[in-house]
Amino acid sequence: MRIDTVGPSNYLPFEMAARNPGVDFDATWLENVYVNLPAVQRRADTLGTRRTVKKQWQAAWLLRAVACIDLTTLSGDDTESNVSRLCFKAKNPVREDLLKAMKMEDAGITVGAVCVYPSRVADAVRALKAANGSHIPVASVATGFPSGQYPLETRLEEIRYAVKQGATEIDIVINRQMALTGNWKGVYDEVRLMKDACGDAHLKTILATGELGSLTNVYKASMTCMMAGADFIKTSTGKEGVNATFMVALVMVRAIREYFHKTDYKVGFKPAGGIRAAKDACTWLSLMKEELGDEWTKPELFRLGASALLVDIERQLFHFVYGRYAAVHEIPMS
Amino acid sequence: MSASTQSRQVNSVAEIFKSLDYGPAPEADNVAKAWLDDHGKSFGHFIDGKWVKPEGRKTYETKNPATGEVLATTIQGVKEDVDMAVKSARRAYESWNKTPPHVRARHLYSVARHIQKHMRLVSVIETMDNGKPIRETRDADIPIVVRHFYHHAGWAQLMDTEMKEWKSLGVIGAIVPWNFPLMLLTWKICPALAMGNTVVLKPATYTRLSALLLAEICAEAGLPPGVFNVVTGSGEMGSCLASHPDVDKVAFTGSTQVGQTLRQLTAGTGKKLSLELGGKSPVVVFETADLDSTVEGLVDAIWFNQGQVCSAGSRLIVQESVHDKLVAKLKERLTHFRLGDSLDKTIDMGALVDESQRKTIEEYVEGARREGAQVYQAEIGIPSRGCYYPPTIITNVHTVSKVVVEEIFGPVLVVLPFRTAKEAITLANNTIYGLASSVWTENVSLALEVGLNIKAGTVWVNCHNIFDAAAGFGGYKQSGYGRDGGKEGLYEYVRPKWEERHRPNVVDFDVNKFGATLPQRPTIDNVDVAEIPDDRIKIPRIDRTYKIYYGGAQKRPDAPYARQVINPDGKVVGHVGEGNRKDIRNAETTLYGATVKINEPVGVIGIACTDSYPLLGFVSLFAPAVVRGNTVVIIPSEKYPLVALDLYQVFDTSDLPGGVVNIITGDRDHLTKYLAEHQDVQSMWYFGSAEGSKFVEYISAENLKRTWVNYGMDREWENPEQGQGEEFLYHSVQVKNIWIPMGDIFAN
Repeated sequence: MRIDTVGPSNYLPFEMAARNPGVDFDATWLENVYVNLPAVQRRADTLGTRRTVKKQWQAAWLLRAVACIDLTTLSGDDTESNVSRLCFKAKNPVREDLLKAMKMEDAGITVGAVCVYPSRVADAVRALKAANGSHIPVASVATGFPSGQYPLETRLEEIRYAVKQGATEIDIVINRQMALTGNWKGVYDEVRLMKDACGDAHLKTILATGELGSLTNVYKASMTCMMAGADFIKTSTGKEGVNATFMVALVMVRAIREYFHKTDYKVGFKPAGGIRAAKDACTWLSLMKEELGDEWTKPELFRLGASALLVDIERQLFHFVYGRYAAVHEIPMS
Repeated sequence: MSASTQSRQVNSVAEIFKSLDYGPAPEADNVAKAWLDDHGKSFGHFIDGKWVKPEGRKTYETKNPATGEVLATTIQGVKEDVDMAVKSARRAYESWNKTPPHVRARHLYSVARHIQKHMRLVSVIETMDNGKPIRETRDADIPIVVRHFYHHAGWAQLMDTEMKEWKSLGVIGAIVPWNFPLMLLTWKICPALAMGNTVVLKPATYTRLSALLLAEICAEAGLPPGVFNVVTGSGEMGSCLASHPDVDKVAFTGSTQVGQTLRQLTAGTGKKLSLELGGKSPVVVFETADLDSTVEGLVDAIWFNQGQVCSAGSRLIVQESVHDKLVAKLKERLTHFRLGDSLDKTIDMGALVDESQRKTIEEYVEGARREGAQVYQAEIGIPSRGCYYPPTIITNVHTVSKVVVEEIFGPVLVVLPFRTAKEAITLANNTIYGLASSVWTENVSLALEVGLNIKAGTVWVNCHNIFDAAAGFGGYKQSGYGRDGGKEGLYEYVRPKWEERHRPNVVDFDVNKFGATLPQRPTIDNVDVAEIPDDRIKIPRIDRTYKIYYGGAQKRPDAPYARQVINPDGKVVGHVGEGNRKDIRNAETTLYGATVKINEPVGVIGIACTDSYPLLGFVSLFAPAVVRGNTVVIIPSEKYPLVALDLYQVFDTSDLPGGVVNIITGDRDHLTKYLAEHQDVQSMWYFGSAEGSKFVEYISAENLKRTWVNYGMDREWENPEQGQGEEFLYHSVQVKNIWIPMGDIFAN
């Protein structure tokens, strides 16, 4: 399916990846899973030292990162005003003078999506329309985010509600109680139902890796969600003690690779939680490029869940253009 | 013109935004260039705390292998230069050796701090001189260098308490290779200086700059003149250094071939020798391994430093059930592997050290291709200038292939499948080398069992090529002996306090004729008649010809000769078997399988005992060897063997497993010849003549067995200081370091 996203752009012919329809639950795919934490950690630690980008490469990479951001606000005190501000920033993520200096003003760069709670979806849809950015997807968390400790019935209802409000991407949380007790079939069944509840909306499954106890569980949760039809697998809610780390990411993207080899379906990856530094954004892109290939560095298959990251990226771009660092107050806040 | 316009377009933000290509990310070379300019791009030796550039020396231009650019001119030292350096080191030794440990510690500490101060300069110089990626010098080589100085500052401080039975040797001649020019020389000089020795270093021809830079930094750090000297020159000058009479120990890292030459060169001189040589290290991967992590481990194992690593994991030994999967993953990994200028921070592999090295590697790979092996090289960009070779995987090869047997010293991995753990161990050990290895599995029990059964100085579990100053590094088998790092490494730079260096003056003799012997004839006229007092009847005594003892049983010698045993009064008191080379062979093969201990024994130790203490000498030698898990083939006192032979009954009754102690009587030097020459005897202890000592050391070069000889000087065996203790332990074990990174918990 082709989604005509970025209006005037010649540079972003992004096409949403073919959906992952999922497969029947196959317990053998969760057998003989071996993940060695120290070895994964070593690879994670050297990702940023083996690759780096400088000068215009750095600028271009940072812009690519911007296009992959799920610009997020998930707070108890979210109201229409800050959600609107977020949406306008989503449409205009980088100062125009900076884009002009890089000859990127016509590239139509926006963030990948905005991400809000279900009750704020309608606000976001309205604001994006006002900002002339209706092509930007609205993602909604759902299913008792962040803990998921609610009845299945209401969790499914949340999805249907968010979709009805205009969300085209749904970030669900998986059932950690089932995961930690080894009931992968249970996890699968629930995610299957959530997939059905999404309808046409893309399904992102949040593993809440910081609560899964072991990297082996992270791998199994990844594989289970993909079998159940996840279009993206996502590291964290941002509310756990440990969120998006390169180590956890490696385990997840390797599972994506394995699932692709098994089924030919491409599943996207979304790290979220604690991603704040522009330099890290480049390392995230490099991780995707190295482990999965260029296709997985575009918003169809890669999103960075973040809120503060954009400011740091914009400051780096400012430095690239002007050779000086901008004060934070010189960057329009989101 | 159009090309440059086009390249501007290609490198526009818009284009890169679309392609997400990597760009160049060069490390600045300005500090390095400035240092080279400070020296007018011309270097001499560094002797006695200052630069020395004697007249009339040939020169050698050192180049950046990534670009071919000439970096500087260095000189080719000659014998007089070595003499000057050794003299300076000897002079400095007199005071350095007496410097209080704490003060030596402060010096080492100060050097560490100064290297850190010059970290960037040192890293860039090392990369430019060798061709290795800046990422590696910055993140691996130089941090390890610094760590070695800090670590050994600790040992210097603790020498009086931790090494109280030991003292320094004197002047150390250190010879190091080009693959880790600075790191490996640090592994020599840190323990040497910590234990109170002084050093004359010869860096490798290709890579002299970082050693010279370090000498200058040491001087800046206040290290007294003459404590650390650098002379540059050819391999011939290296031999000159090794054979200098006033050098007390030679510490070498490099090829097995040169190691063998050094062993022969120093044989019988009373010099200590440690050799860290080549390898063909196995990476053993089980189906229970984290295969994705194993792929990255293999990147560390064989493509670290372009594979020019003595401990490179060059033989992938993988369980058949996951063979295809792992090879596919590896090949996929290589499609996004990056080769490039060594100073570029976005590369995985840099340049090889020299064109000759590249040719050698190419010949190996083409040879394998001709043999029908499958050679995989990903189609990745290779810089048009400079000396590069792509990462290579060779499959469909077998144990008979040259690329499987020989050390290639390049980025070439060979792959061999295995069926069972037992077969994996056998394949892993099916090599003359024994430097390092890694085992990949999540099954702890299996990892430890395989790790302990691989004959190698280092076993990494689920990782490869990890180094630390606190863990000794060195080989089994023909990968050499001695350890660099850890407390075990200190013993290479000390001798027992009571002992003075022997300087036997052995005239040259034909080593091929050593130990040749004509069997003795048993007595035929010495009719020994015993009198039975009660009856006053003279009856003949029964013949007391002892047998030899091996494989847990008394055996007649292969050739049915007997030799007389004569007491100090000149009277024949008995006969023993006259052992020969076939008895040695039999003894060895029967007992080898009995070596099942896991506490890192050396293996089979051949021991030739002294005549001065027929019983105590015998027990003092076999006991420490056996309690550490070795098996021994022991030649008791040639003159007085009976008391040792009486022990075989003790061995039998004390349930000593058959084959652990084997006693072969006969001519000491004749039997020593066959023990020392035996390729499956791992160590030879010889307590006999100076000539025999030289023979043992010389001939040991063939399979690089360890040796312990007395250079013809006897010791006071009844004196506990000399007849027992740590020295005996040191010779009875070889240290294996098993690295087991742990951890499964990362969050809740």
